[in-house]
Amino acid sequence: MNLFFYISAFVAAVSTFMVITRTNAVHALLYLIVSLLAVAFIFFSLGAPFVAALEVIIYAGAIMVLFVFVIMMLNLGAQAAEQESQWLSPGTWIGPSILTVVLAAELIYLFVADQARTSAAGVVGPRQIGFALFGPYVLGVELASMLLLAGLIGAYHLGRPHKH
Amino acid sequence: MIASVPMEHCLIFAAVLFALGLAGVIVRRNIVFMLMGVEVMLNAVGVAFVVAGARWGQVDGQVMFIFILTMAAAEVSVGLALVLQLYHRFRTLDADAASRMRG
Repeated sequence: MNLFFYISAFVAAVSTFMVITRTNAVHALLYLIVSLLAVAFIFFSLGAPFVAALEVIIYAGAIMVLFVFVIMMLNLGAQAAEQESQWLSPGTWIGPSILTVVLAAELIYLFVADQARTSAAGVVGPRQIGFALFGPYVLGVELASMLLLAGLIGAYHLGRPHKH
Repeated sequence: MIASVPMEHCLIFAAVLFALGLAGVIVRRNIVFMLMGVEVMLNAVGVAFVVAGARWGQVDGQVMFIFILTMAAAEVSVGLALVLQLYHRFRTLDADAASRMRG
């Protein structure tokens, strides 16, 4: 099971790197879906099967599909991919990549300096999550539903064709 | 049958994903790719929360992940609607195209 975690983590990291380096938007989205599925495997191996299922159903299955639909609607074409590869010149990505690598190295150093704890204490299933969501976290659930309502109204209003 | 991976390996993985998403947002100019980078960062933070919750066998990490997921869904819907408006108005997805305000 440890090997399972490391393989899934490697797949997720490689496919996320491919997401940020592609010029075609649909290719990048497909790599992002692969990354989300690999992270769902990791959740499952850590004893969190409910959020593993939620990651697949909601993140990869609804949010990414929404992305794919919008990209397909925009109907960009080969010229857009050409322009993307122009925008991705080495002068553009060298600086931010170096700074990001420095930040990641700092974070990794902080985590490595704090040693020797195993990562999972048992399977935490949907039943306990349900008790928590209807118990201590019920206010958060109500606020989340208000946020979704606001998102729904905003997306409906912004997505209407406006006549100029 | 749960992995007994050291916790810092899991958190290092979350840090690497977050750094990749951050690099994606900064380097790319197309607004859809910037949104994808933001999604990667949100997912990385979710991984960190679930790992922290699993370490203690508590449910709070997964509850936080559910809230992050909800927020990401709302943000993606509004964000993509804005992308459509940007494309409708400027005929390009260049984030630098919307650089002036009227009035």
